[in-house]
Amino acid sequence: MTNTTRIERHHYDVVVIGAGGAGLRAAIEARLAGKKTAIISKSLFGKAHTVMAEGGAAAAMGNVNSRDNWQVHFRDTMRGGKFLNNFRMAELHAKESPQRIWELETYGALFDRTKDGKISQRNFGGHEYPRLAHVGDRTGLELIRTLQQKIVSLQQEDKRDHGSYEARIKVFAETTITELLLDGDRVAGAFGYYRESGEFVLFEAPAVVLATGGVGRSYKVTSNSWEYTGDGHALALRAGATLINMEFLQFHPTGMVWPPSVKGILVTESVRGDGGVLKNSDGKRFMFDYVPDVFRKQYADNEAEADRWYSDPDNNRRPPELLPRDEVARAINSEVKAGRGTPAGGVYLDIASRLPAEEIRRRLPSMYHQFKELADVDITKEPMEVGPTCHYVMGGVEVDPDSGAAYGTVQGLFAAGEVSGGMHGSNRLGGNSLSDLLVFGKRAGGHAASYTDQLTARPKVSVGAVETAVETALAPLQRDTGENPYSLQQDLQAVMGDLVGIIRREGELVDALSRLAELRERVAKVSASGGRRYNPGWHLALDLRNMLVVSECTAKAALERQESRGGHTREDFPTMDPKWRRVNLVCALDGDTVRLTHKPLPRIRPELINLFDRAELAKYLTDEELAEFDALAADAHAEKER
Amino acid sequence: MGNNGSPAAGKPAAKRQFRIWRGDETGGDLQDYMVEVNEGEVVLDVIHRLQATDAPDLACRWNCKAGKCGSCSMEINGKPRLSCMTRMSTFEEGETVTVTPLRTFPVIRDLVTDVSFNYEKARETPAFAPPPGVAPGDYRMQQVDVERSQEFRKCIECFLCQNVCHVIRDHEENKQSFSGPRFFIRAAELDMHPLDAKTDRKEYAQAEQGLGYCNITKCCTEVCPEHIKITDNGIIPMKERVVDRRYDPLVWLGSKIFRRGDTPQSTASSAGKESVVHSGARQAGVHSHAGGSHDPAAEVQAQKGVNWHREVPHPTAPAVDASGKLPLTELTFDRAAAPSPFGDDVTFPLPPEHLNFAHPSQDEKH
Ligand SMILES: Cc1cc2nc3c(=O)[nH]c(=O)nc-3n(C[C@H](O)[C@H](O)[C@H](O)COP(=O)(O)OP(=O)(O)OC[C@H]3O[C@@H](n4cnc5c(N)ncnc54)[C@H](O)[C@@H]3O)c2cc1C
Ligand code: SF4
Ligand code: SF4
Ligand code: FES
Repeated sequence: MTNTTRIERHHYDVVVIGAGGAGLRAAIEARLAGKKTAIISKSLFGKAHTVMAEGGAAAAMGNVNSRDNWQVHFRDTMRGGKFLNNFRMAELHAKESPQRIWELETYGALFDRTKDGKISQRNFGGHEYPRLAHVGDRTGLELIRTLQQKIVSLQQEDKRDHGSYEARIKVFAETTITELLLDGDRVAGAFGYYRESGEFVLFEAPAVVLATGGVGRSYKVTSNSWEYTGDGHALALRAGATLINMEFLQFHPTGMVWPPSVKGILVTESVRGDGGVLKNSDGKRFMFDYVPDVFRKQYADNEAEADRWYSDPDNNRRPPELLPRDEVARAINSEVKAGRGTPAGGVYLDIASRLPAEEIRRRLPSMYHQFKELADVDITKEPMEVGPTCHYVMGGVEVDPDSGAAYGTVQGLFAAGEVSGGMHGSNRLGGNSLSDLLVFGKRAGGHAASYTDQLTARPKVSVGAVETAVETALAPLQRDTGENPYSLQQDLQAVMGDLVGIIRREGELVDALSRLAELRERVAKVSASGGRRYNPGWHLALDLRNMLVVSECTAKAALERQESRGGHTREDFPTMDPKWRRVNLVCALDGDTVRLTHKPLPRIRPELINLFDRAELAKYLTDEELAEFDALAADAHAEKER
Repeated sequence: MGNNGSPAAGKPAAKRQFRIWRGDETGGDLQDYMVEVNEGEVVLDVIHRLQATDAPDLACRWNCKAGKCGSCSMEINGKPRLSCMTRMSTFEEGETVTVTPLRTFPVIRDLVTDVSFNYEKARETPAFAPPPGVAPGDYRMQQVDVERSQEFRKCIECFLCQNVCHVIRDHEENKQSFSGPRFFIRAAELDMHPLDAKTDRKEYAQAEQGLGYCNITKCCTEVCPEHIKITDNGIIPMKERVVDRRYDPLVWLGSKIFRRGDTPQSTASSAGKESVVHSGARQAGVHSHAGGSHDPAAEVQAQKGVNWHREVPHPTAPAVDASGKLPLTELTFDRAAAPSPFGDDVTFPLPPEHLNFAHPSQDEKH
């Protein structure tokens, strides 16, 4: 019998799982609403993935180009996501992100400035105007540090008022949640272990906010860290929530490809935003050959015009290097396949011949260091070698756009940040994640707080559920015949990388599903050697089942969606199909198996759809939808006439 | 590619000798491993390879593998470094690579140390004070003015500077009153922030953070992977301008006495000798997890459940909100008093086999 009386217990009003941008912003909001809040993180405080974001945070503040406003940002986001976005999320995001960025300044953030002292904004792929608030190329660090310091300042207030830093908000670093506990359909708490000691810990709380980030560790070539094992996605599924859009993974076009050990590490898009160009091994600037029809109007078709755009963006079209990421990643893939790649299997990204060395070091200091120290390449003199790397998952927990509350059967569960789905549709624009974290982190934290207010009784954690959680967690340590978790992870990465990668085919996806089923058997028998104290083998063994179920969702949805759109490219269905635009693929857990259903997208509100012109919509919408649009337009016209 | 000069260039994987400190707070030692090393790899890659092969439970922290998060700090051949940014090509071909945990902080296990000291100091450093009356969105600052603080905000909190600073490296007793270079630059950053409304950052650093202990050896600047000029741009300007000089004889002595190179010893390299890495003796008075039980079975059983390391929270007065009332948070709870820390489903007395306490004389009875 498992003894649960010795487990350390804590009682909170709101438990936030994840200490990245989304989690910290949610926690701040819950604490400001008067709730006793816990923040839980697998790493140390301040080391979450957000720290690695480089380019910037998109917000239509209009500081650099005053024509920018939320409508333009909304349009860019929808275009980037190929109209599969949840329009309401895209709308809230475009409207609220400027306030969220300005708010950071009141917490002490120091963004780079324009000449008139405002927050400077930079160009990025898919954004019509310079829109990314940034600090050199370490924007994520600034963002997470600022939020971290805001939490400290709230703790200092609490210390002053109540005598303890941890009276109302406490950070549990290096603590991993393995299970959400329910009382009926309501969230009652979360169960996990301290990495440091291997001790278990139980949080009893009526509301949980998931902010656990992404799933990239299921791929070998990835910009993501060990934390990204899809824990939040899996926790949500097991608690009865649903995931949407899991087939859409963003492969960032420019990851390092050499040396082999750093393969996948990100080269920020700002290199291209600041003038860097992509060349193949013939020295040709190949992106001009890959501008798709839907983007012809906004992107230049010759070098002269593209180069003029940097100084005169109002009268020239943008360089094609700044196309959305899915387009650039596919283009690089094609060049390499056609034999025009570099020796290490990438293409060249050249900034050295485009900007003076001094300027490169000023604008891209951490890229300069990264290449100097990891690859021994001086980017002010030589081009970089780059290729696609698994970067971001667009799919995630299906949430109510306004509150971040998870759909499905569960109540009291909220999600924000990369772990939530819908906001970015089939492809995320660079810079839209950091602002997404702030906008929806705040919303989720606030709504979690008000959810607890309207509860009449506090949900109770059942002893049985805790016992099961303890047993599941200890199982890999008690088995000594199973496989090593590291080799299982490698096998999983091989399946996902080879069969569910950038370019997908039906046969391979079917194959992937049967291999994942085999892996599932093997993962169920994984064994970890060593004890409970800070044992990475054991930690990985526990993460594996999350990676597996999330990979199954991705493979299933990728097989189902018979078209190519954004972060999902099917060789056997190479074009976008307007019929599929109306469908979200929703994953739920039925016992142990992933069940997939079709769900229609919410209909875009008239005033929002009217922000686009008909010719553009015609590329995305079905004839039926276009007819509706025309009727709307006619109505609006008649209205005006009257 | 540009890796000329790397001895491993173009060669297939070679086996290299590694010595890695394995153990926990009760002691440990250096263990030898022969590991495959490929072209272009960094020390962290080799540690990962060891985890995947010979030592699956080898504990080490990392996240970004690109020098951005500051998780993977350790001492490599005695030098405090980020293991993800230390290329294998920087060592001689036959050289043994010795990897030990940061020395200034207590070991948890293997290469992982307890860095909570730094988070405590961070929490004590007064936060940014927003300028009164300036609405969000109305902050105006010039690039030249923010750049000085931005240099310090590059800090990735790897705590290498904290680890190397001699004031606390071998002087546990100074930790109470000394915040360390990481937090001096935090104070300097706020001091130089164009809109920070608090005006006594320097004085605070001097009186509360122990700035006076620093004798400008510059070891911190030397190890900073972000190349922040901790001393020249942070510590020295603060020392020079601090109003209250009482605490700091160094300022009037003149910094020339302590210029770099004149310092009595270089603290950065003293850990190179293996004999000085953690020995069990450093942690005198090893505690028992089982609260004094002498029964090995009880010890094992107790280890499963209770963590005696963890500090018990100090009792606090009930929190009140802005209006001086008990906050709403109490309302969401289903009873008036505080919940039982043991869980409300636990009834007392507990069965005797669940108890951690064993009477000191119980051994004698057997
Ligand atoms: C190299 C790189 C560069 C990027 N650059 C940009 C950019 O320029 N602009 C942009 O907008 N976006 C960028 N992104 C994307 C963006 O950084 C991420 O999408 C975003 O930071 C995710 O934030 P988050 O708050 O959702 O999660 P994260 O910051 O990843 O935090 C997740 C948190 O959850 C915790 N956690 C996870 N599982 C558990 C568990 N089981 N128990 C307890 N805690 C758990 C983790 O410890 C962590 O604290 C970049 C991403 C990468 C990898
Ligand atoms: S200069 Fe020397 S004494 Fe001063 S903080 Fe740095 S390491 Fe410590
Ligand atoms: S100042 Fe430099 S050495 Fe010190 S913690 Fe920050 S990054 Fe690390
Ligand atoms: S792993 Fe992030 S700094 Fe080394």
